[in-house]
Amino acid sequence: MKVPFSLPPSLQPFFIEVGELSYFSGRFFKEAFKPPFEFKEFLRQCYYMGNRSLLLVGVTGFIIGLVFTLQSRPTLEEFGAASWIPSMVSVSIIREIGPIITALICAGRIGSGIGAELGSMRVTEQIDAMEVSGTNPFKYLVVTRVLATTLMLPLLVFFGDVIGIYGSYLVESMKAHVSLVLYTNQVINILEFSDVIPSTIKSFFFGFAIGIVGCFKGYYCKKGTAGVGKAANSAVVYTSMLLFIIDFVAVFVTNIFYDL
Amino acid sequence: MSTKSNIKPIIEIKDLNKSFGNNHVLVGFHLYLNEGENLVVMGKSGSGKSVMIKCLIGLEQPDSGEIVIMDKNMNDINSEDLDEIRTEVGFLFQGSALYDSMSVRENLEFPLRRHTKKFGVIEDTTPLVMEALDSVGLGNTIDLMPNELSGGMKRRIALARTLILKPKIILYDEPTTGLDPITSKEIIMLMKSVQEKYKTSSIIITHDIDCARVIANRMILLIDGVNYAEGTFNELAASKDPKIEAFFK
Repeated sequence: MKVPFSLPPSLQPFFIEVGELSYFSGRFFKEAFKPPFEFKEFLRQCYYMGNRSLLLVGVTGFIIGLVFTLQSRPTLEEFGAASWIPSMVSVSIIREIGPIITALICAGRIGSGIGAELGSMRVTEQIDAMEVSGTNPFKYLVVTRVLATTLMLPLLVFFGDVIGIYGSYLVESMKAHVSLVLYTNQVINILEFSDVIPSTIKSFFFGFAIGIVGCFKGYYCKKGTAGVGKAANSAVVYTSMLLFIIDFVAVFVTNIFYDL
Repeated sequence: MSTKSNIKPIIEIKDLNKSFGNNHVLVGFHLYLNEGENLVVMGKSGSGKSVMIKCLIGLEQPDSGEIVIMDKNMNDINSEDLDEIRTEVGFLFQGSALYDSMSVRENLEFPLRRHTKKFGVIEDTTPLVMEALDSVGLGNTIDLMPNELSGGMKRRIALARTLILKPKIILYDEPTTGLDPITSKEIIMLMKSVQEKYKTSSIIITHDIDCARVIANRMILLIDGVNYAEGTFNELAASKDPKIEAFFK
């Protein structure tokens, strides 16, 4: 791919990569809605990605909820605002901490896994073998994985959010003897659709980014085992960067809607 | 040296050129394959043999030239036609390229999924899988995973996966590379028996002179991207050209 205008040489590879990733994403949308559909492989990937990440997301969410509450309690107590902890923790976790932390974990867990798996398939000519057998490897390998990450990430985020809030409740129960019913009521009362809907939409985009970058890096992996390692590594680095950009855009857009 | 017969070839390559940057891998390469023939293409490593065979099946795009497979010009076909051609042309990869997350059965079933046009809807694939496995002598491996197989067994399973689509042509990319002499001999004999049983035509990329001796009806020596010499094994083996002699020493 040639850049039609002059750019500093150090920036050219970056923009070429962005262009190639955009083309790859375009091909995903083209292939995703065209039969035949690979339902069995899609369901297998959903199960694999969801099931294998559940424990990690759960443990991380639990610890974040726990630590967040432990760290903020002393300061809030000084201002006599300790009763605001359930509201503050739940809004923070639902709106921001839950989606971004879960997405970053999945970028490391799922994104690198996809990059390494497809990379090794490319290097060992398994993708070529699929192609010569008349099966569309893009549809079978890329479309199924990207759809699976896009669908599973919001579910994992929801799971992580619930566990995180429960972690916070455990601290509150120990420190202030708050009952589960009272804590849950406070959480439900403070949360609005405007907290939940944008973060859910954002999670779909996070899932898409994890899947598409992992697949892109693996699918076009350069030859050799070093290439596989590089594909896995750069899938995590690029996805993490992309997640923060998406998060920034999502917050920006959400604020515009809040102001209306 | 042998000349092209009046029979219409099943594969024909004319003036094929392929470069990677400044590295001109194929320069005006040409080839034909007659029905039922075993054509061996020999050349040093990096001489463009594998690139040629990948251009043939559409895994690499040539810079220029013409490839005609069973009367279909590869320059003028759409992706559906290409898929159809690929059911008739099997490809045995150098490293076997078995899908390592799938069992032997799933590896063999995989190519069948999208070819309802040729085979119809197959309710039970087991007889087809077993037939292909039996023809390579590995009927007992159906439930094994690729990591439980030896190098020679992987090569045989890869051949069975190729055979399951009942191709008319098989392309072998260095079928004996990385195997011990005894297993290599077994693979060569298997290739021969497959050709007799399934009446296939084959292009075999190799630098294994024993393989060429046993299997070749005709040979092409590919040197510096061009057809340097062409003929039967005995014709080329008798040549006094030092570049040709080097292959047979």
